[in-house]
Amino acid sequence: MSAAPAYSEDKGGSAGPGEPEYGHDPASGGIFSSDYKRHDDLKEMLDTNKDSLKLEAMKRIVAMIARGKNASDLFPAVVKNVACKNIEVKKLVYVYLVRYAEEQQDLALLSISTFQRGLKDPNQLIRASALRVLSSIRVPIIVPIMMLAIKEAASDMSPYVRKTAAHAIPKLYSLDSDQKDQLIEVIEKLLADKTTLVAGSVVMAFEEVCPERIDLIHKNYRKLCNLLIDVEEWGQVVIISMLTRYARTQFLSPTQNESLLEENAEKAFYGSEEEEAKGAGSEDAAAAALPARKPYVMDPDHRLLLRNTKPLLQSRSAAVVMAVAQLYFHLAPKAEVGVIAKALVRLLRSHSEVQYVVLQNVATMSIKRRGMFEPYLKSFYIRSTDPTQIKILKLEVLTNLANETNIPTVLREFQTYIRSMDKDFVAATIQAIGRCATNIGRVRDTCLNGLVQLLSNRDELVVAESVVVIKKLLQMQPAQHGEIIKHLAKLTDNIQVPMARASILWLIGEYCEHVPRIAPDVLRKMAKSFTTEEDIVKLQVINLAAKLYLTNSKQTKLLTQYVLSLAKYDQNYDIRDRARFTRQLIVPSEQGGALSRHAKKLFLAPKPAPVLESSFKDRDHFQLGSLSHLLNAKATGYQELPDWPEEAPDPSVRNVEVPEWTKCSNREKRKEKEKPFYSDSEGESGPTESADSDPESESESDSKSSSESGSGESSSESDNEDQDEDEEKVRGSESEQSEEDGEKRKTKKKVPEGKGEASSSDEGSDSSSSSSESEMTSESEEEQLERASWRKTPPSSKSAPAPKEISLLDLEDFNPPSVQPVSPPAIVSTSLAADLEGLTLTDSTLVPSLLSPVSGVGRQELLHRVAGEGLAVDYTFSRQPFSGDPHMVSVHIHFSNSSDTPIKGLHLGTSKLPAGISIQEFPEIESLAPGESATAVMGINFCDSTQAANFQLCTQTRQFYVSIQPPVGELMAPVFMSENEFKKEQGKLMGMNEITEKLMLPDTCRSDHIVVQKVTTTANLGRVPCGTSDEYRFAGRTLTSGSLVLLTLDARPAGAAQLTVNSEKMVIGTMLVKDVIQALTQ
Amino acid sequence: MIHRQKIGLQLSYPSPLSLKCYHEGPPLFVIEFLHRVWTHFRFDYFGVCSEPVIKDNVVVVYEVLEEMLDNGFPLATESNILKELIKPPTILRTVVNTITGSTNVGDQLPTGQLSVVPWRRTGVKYTNNEAYFDVIEEIDAIIDKSGSTITAEIQGVIDACVKLTGMPDLTLSFMNPRLLDDVSFHPCVRFKRWESERILSFIPPDGNFRLLSYHVSAQNLVAIPVYVKHNISFRDSSSLGRFEITVGPKQTMGKTIEGVTVTSQMPKGVLNMSLTPSQGTHTFDPVTKMLSWDVGKINPQKLPSLKGTMSLQAGASKPDENPTINLQFKIQQLAISGLKVNRLDMYGEKYKPFKGIKYMTKAGKFQVRT
Repeated sequence: MSAAPAYSEDKGGSAGPGEPEYGHDPASGGIFSSDYKRHDDLKEMLDTNKDSLKLEAMKRIVAMIARGKNASDLFPAVVKNVACKNIEVKKLVYVYLVRYAEEQQDLALLSISTFQRGLKDPNQLIRASALRVLSSIRVPIIVPIMMLAIKEAASDMSPYVRKTAAHAIPKLYSLDSDQKDQLIEVIEKLLADKTTLVAGSVVMAFEEVCPERIDLIHKNYRKLCNLLIDVEEWGQVVIISMLTRYARTQFLSPTQNESLLEENAEKAFYGSEEEEAKGAGSEDAAAAALPARKPYVMDPDHRLLLRNTKPLLQSRSAAVVMAVAQLYFHLAPKAEVGVIAKALVRLLRSHSEVQYVVLQNVATMSIKRRGMFEPYLKSFYIRSTDPTQIKILKLEVLTNLANETNIPTVLREFQTYIRSMDKDFVAATIQAIGRCATNIGRVRDTCLNGLVQLLSNRDELVVAESVVVIKKLLQMQPAQHGEIIKHLAKLTDNIQVPMARASILWLIGEYCEHVPRIAPDVLRKMAKSFTTEEDIVKLQVINLAAKLYLTNSKQTKLLTQYVLSLAKYDQNYDIRDRARFTRQLIVPSEQGGALSRHAKKLFLAPKPAPVLESSFKDRDHFQLGSLSHLLNAKATGYQELPDWPEEAPDPSVRNVEVPEWTKCSNREKRKEKEKPFYSDSEGESGPTESADSDPESESESDSKSSSESGSGESSSESDNEDQDEDEEKVRGSESEQSEEDGEKRKTKKKVPEGKGEASSSDEGSDSSSSSSESEMTSESEEEQLERASWRKTPPSSKSAPAPKEISLLDLEDFNPPSVQPVSPPAIVSTSLAADLEGLTLTDSTLVPSLLSPVSGVGRQELLHRVAGEGLAVDYTFSRQPFSGDPHMVSVHIHFSNSSDTPIKGLHLGTSKLPAGISIQEFPEIESLAPGESATAVMGINFCDSTQAANFQLCTQTRQFYVSIQPPVGELMAPVFMSENEFKKEQGKLMGMNEITEKLMLPDTCRSDHIVVQKVTTTANLGRVPCGTSDEYRFAGRTLTSGSLVLLTLDARPAGAAQLTVNSEKMVIGTMLVKDVIQALTQ
Repeated sequence: MIHRQKIGLQLSYPSPLSLKCYHEGPPLFVIEFLHRVWTHFRFDYFGVCSEPVIKDNVVVVYEVLEEMLDNGFPLATESNILKELIKPPTILRTVVNTITGSTNVGDQLPTGQLSVVPWRRTGVKYTNNEAYFDVIEEIDAIIDKSGSTITAEIQGVIDACVKLTGMPDLTLSFMNPRLLDDVSFHPCVRFKRWESERILSFIPPDGNFRLLSYHVSAQNLVAIPVYVKHNISFRDSSSLGRFEITVGPKQTMGKTIEGVTVTSQMPKGVLNMSLTPSQGTHTFDPVTKMLSWDVGKINPQKLPSLKGTMSLQAGASKPDENPTINLQFKIQQLAISGLKVNRLDMYGEKYKPFKGIKYMTKAGKFQVRT
C-alpha cells in the first residue's frame, strides 16, 4: 500500500517483514507482547469450523483495517481461510490479503496455489476473480506466475476473463516495470480484441503502461471508433482521450487555414486602432499566403472518429460528455465544434463539483471559440445561491462572451451582481467590468463612469477594487480623465484599503501634470500620515514624492525631503532602501549626477497600459478535461497533447484515378495491412479478416419487422424524411463522400445476435468469439444499412400490421402517429437494438450463436474506364438483404469518374432481361464531378439462376451495355438452424438432391478458421453448429424460391475431405460444389 | 481505504466521501464515480450516506467498493449487478443472517457483467407487472425586480419505475418530440432509433431509474406559473425595515400550485424579523439570517402574504442589496413545456402490464431578485 500515508505509522510500528513469523508462531505468541495476545480471540474464531464465527472475525478485522489499525499479525490465521467455502469470508480474506501481502511476502505465497487452481476453473467468473486477486498481491517473487497467468487469461475464451487480464496489466507493471516489453505484447494482443467488454480496460492498460506506443493503435483505430458507442461509460472516457492524442499525431489540423483568417478577423474587429492597422496589414499578408496553401481535405478516419463520438454527447455520464467535448475542441474543424456547447451547458445543471470542472473548461474554450457559447449566454447568469467559486467562473465565462452586441445586457447583469452580499464575488465582478471595458472600446467610458460611481459605495472592498480597475483603465487613455483623477484624490481621505490607496497615489503621481494643483496637496496629507500607512502605501508615497519633485520641485521640495527622511528610518528595509535609492536619484549630489540627469526619464517614462486578460488565456495548452487543466499545473503522468503534424501529406494523391489504392498504400504504412478495410479493387477478393460471425438473418429481419410494426402506419412521412436525409448527405463534404465509398467497399457484414443469451447459454463454447465478431462489426453494418436506405427511397413500405403490441398508455388526445416520422427499417437497427430485438422479439427459438459469412465476392468490373470514356463502374455483392424486395440480391455499384468533365445523369436504361429476372433501379445520379466517385445500390432478382442480367447504363450522352453475372454463391441467403434441424432437413434431401464430391484440402487450409472463411466467402451461407470437430455445416436458402441449400464438409485426416451439398435445385447444388471445391483447393 | 494509483477514496472527514487524486486523469471521471458510489450507498444500501453510517457499515462499504473498483478502475457500477452481488442490509435480513448464519454477499456470480444488457438482471419475475413513468419538469428562472423574466428555461427528466417480468422491450413515443432540444439518455436507450424516429426504444433496467433528462429549447417561451410581489425596504435612519411579500398564480393552466416554500437569505444587518403570514408557517434563523416561509397551497381567491417588520442592527448602515427570494413550488398533473407522452408499447413479453404516467412541474432554481 504504497499510497497509504495514513497507515505508515502503524506499519512503522509493526515488525518488519520476515520477523513477525516468530510472533505469529502460535506457540510463542504470548511471549512477545500483549499486542499479539490481543488478537487471540480472533485467531480462535478463524480457526473454528463455523463459517459464522469466521465471518464475524473477518468483519472485525476489516473494521480494524478501516480504522487504520495494524492487523498484520493475524496474517497466518487469515490466510488459511483463503480456500473457505463461504463467499463472504472469502471476499473479506481477499481484502485482507491484498492489503497485507506486501508486508508478509513469504506467508502470502501460501495462498498462491489456491489462486492458481482458480485460474483453471471451468467457470469464467471464478477464473476472473482468481486472476484479479492474484494480480493484486504485491509480492515480487510471484511476478513470473502473474505474467504467465495474464498471458493465459489474455487468450481466454471468455471476454470477462480477458477484461480482467487487461486490468491486471497495470498492476503487474507497477509491481515490476521490467516486465514492460512482455506486457506490451499482451496489450497488443488484447487491443486486437473485438469485444466491447475488453476494449475499455485494455486501453486503460495501454495508457498506463505504454502511452507512447501509439503505433499499436493504428490497426485497431477504426475498430475502436466503431465499438465506442457500446463500450461501458468508463471505458468510453479512457478510449476517447486516448484517441484524441492519437488523432493529434496522425491527422492534419482541420483548422490550419481557418485559424489564420479567424485571428485576423478577430483582431480587426475588436482591436483598438493601432491594432487594427496592424491587423489589416497582416490580413493582406495572410490573404496572399492563403492561395498558396492547398485546400484541406479531412482524412476519412478523422471524420470517422468525429462522427462516432458525437452521439456520446447524449450520454448521462458527465465524464463522457466532457471527454467528447474536449475531443471536438481539439480535433474538429471550427464549424463543427459548436455541437458540444449545448451538451456542456446541460452539464451545468449537475452537481456543483461537476459544474466547477465544466465551467473551467468552458472558460478556456470560450476564449478561443467565443461564438460557440454566445447563444447560451443566459445560462451563465449567476444565481445568489451558487457557491462563490462557481460564481467567479461563471463571471469569467460571461466576460469572455461579452462582445459589442451583448455588452449592454451583460453590463446590466453585472450591475445586479455588484450589489451582492458576497464580497469576493463583487470584487471579481468589478474586475470583470474592467476587462469588458478594455476589450470593447465602445463601452469603455460607460464602464469607467460606472466604476467611478462605485467609488462612493459604502463597502470599502468594492471601492478599493474599483480604484484598482480604474487605475488600469486610465492608464490606457489618461488625458481625458483629469476629472476622475481629481475625484480619486478626494477619496484618499476615506479609503482605508491599502491597495486602493496605493493605486490612487500611483495614479496621481503618474498623471501629476493633469492635476498640478491637487497633487502636492495629496502629498502633503500623505506625508502627515506617513508613519501610520501600510508598507505598500508608503512605497507609493515615496514614488509620488519623487515624481512631484521632478515635475514641480518648487512646491514639493521640502515635502519630498521630509518624506524621504521619514522613510529612511522606517522599520521596513524595503522602504529604507527605496528612500535611499530615490534620494540618490533625484537630489543631485556632488559626486554623481550622471543618473540624476536622467531621473525624469526613469520615473516618468511612458508606461504601457496593462493588459487585462483572462487567467484562462493559455490554459488550452493542457488537454481540456484533464486534471492538469483543472489545476493549471502539470500533474504526474500527464501526457502532453501533441501538436498537429507539420508536414501535409499531399492531398492530391487522393484524387488519382483509383483513389482507394492510393489510400491503401498511404495507409498501409500505418496500418501494417492487418485489416483489409477496403477490399481489393482488382478482384483479388481478399477474404476479410473475420470469417466467423453470424449470417445475417433472423435478427435482422426481426429488426425490420419490428420497425415495420412501429412504423407501419405512415410511410409517406418516412419518404420525406428519407429525402431530407438524402439531401443532407449529398451536401456532405467530398472527403466524407470518399470515405463512405471506402466503407462501402468493405464487403464485410455482420449480424448482431443475442450475445448475452448465447454466452450464458453455452458458456465456454466459442460463442464468445463469435459474439465479439458481431459486435465489432455491428457499427459498420448499420452504416451500410443506413446508407443503403438513403440512396433510394424504399418502394412503399409494407404496411405490416403491428404485431402483438400492447398499448400501455391510451391517452385522451391520442393522435394517429402520422405525426411521428418514421424512417426506413434499416436505420432502426442500431447494433444494440438489433441485438436486443433478436433476443426478445422473435417467437422462434433463440438463435444459437453461429458463424457468418463476412465477405462477399470482391469487387468486379462492370465497365472499364477506357470503354466507359472515363467512367469506371465496379460492383460488389453486399450480401445485405435488399430492403425493397427480399428476393433480390443487392448489388452495390461504384461509379468513379476519371475523365476531365463531369458525367451527368447516370441512370439505368432499358434492359433486355431473360425471363424472370427483374431489376430494381437505383435513383439517378445527377452529376459526378471529375475525380469523384459515388455508390448506388440496386436490386436484381436473378430468379435462382446464374444467367447474366444485361442492362444499359446511361449517361446524358452515352449508353453502355453491361451485364452482371452472379456467382452461384450469391444467390442465397444464410439460414439459422440447429444441428438437429439440419440433420432433419438433410434427411429430406437425399438421393437426387444430394451431390457428393471428394477433394484434398491443401495444407494452407486445414484450420477451422480458414475453411469456414473460404466457404462463406464463396457462398452466402450461415454456419450451423456441429458436434464433431471435423465436420463443417452451412445452411442457406435461395433467394427467389427459398429452397434450402445445405452444405456439409467432412474433413478427414491428412487433408482428405468430402463435400456434400443437399438442395432441391440441383443445378445450383452442382455449381456450388464446383465453386466451393475450387475455393478450397486453390 | 485507499486504492493504488488513480482514485484514492477516503471515507472520513470533511465530507462522507472525499478523494485524493495523485495521478493525471479526467477529474470528471473521478467525480462521476464518486457520485455513483454515493448514489449506491444512499439509495441502494443505507438510505443515507453520512460519516457515521459509513463507519457503522464499514464492512459492507469495503465489500461494495471491492466490487466497484479494480485497481482504481471502475468495474461493476450498475446498481442491478451490485445489488445482486451484495445484498443491501435490512433489519429483517440482519436478523435472519444472525440466526441462520447466511450472509449479505450473494452467492451468485456477477453474471450481469457478462450480459449485453448489464443494467438488467436476468430472470426477473413479478406477479404484478407494472411500469410507471414520471415526467418531471423543473423551471429555472431569474426574475428581476420589476417582475420581468431575465432568464427562464425548462429542464425535464423522465424517471421510471419498471417492474416487468422477463426481458420486455419498450418503446415510448411523444406527441411533440420536437420540444426536446437537448437530451441525455440512460445507456439502455437506443440512440439511433431516437435520432431517426424520435422514439425512445429500450430494454429497461429493473426498478427505479432515470430514463431521460432533457432541456426544452430556449426558443419556446417559458410560462412562469407564479409571481411574487415584494416590498422590502430598509431605512437609513431607523432601525426598522419593512418587509412584505405576496405570492400569486400567473399561468398555471388551471392547476393549483402546491408545496410553495419561500426562502430568502437576509442581509447580515438584520437582527430579527417579526412577521405575520396570512397562511402557512414561517421561521427566521437569526444566526444564519435565513428566512423561510412554508406557504402550502395557493388559493387564487385569497393570496398568501407575509408582512411585518425587520429589526436592524442599530447604527449600521443599510445593506446595499435587497435579499433574493428563492421559490419552491409544485404543480401536479402538468408538464409546463406541454410535453406529452403519446404511447407506450411493449414487445418481447406476452403479459399485459399495468402502466401509468404522471406529470409534474416543479421550481428548479427559481429566484426573484428584489
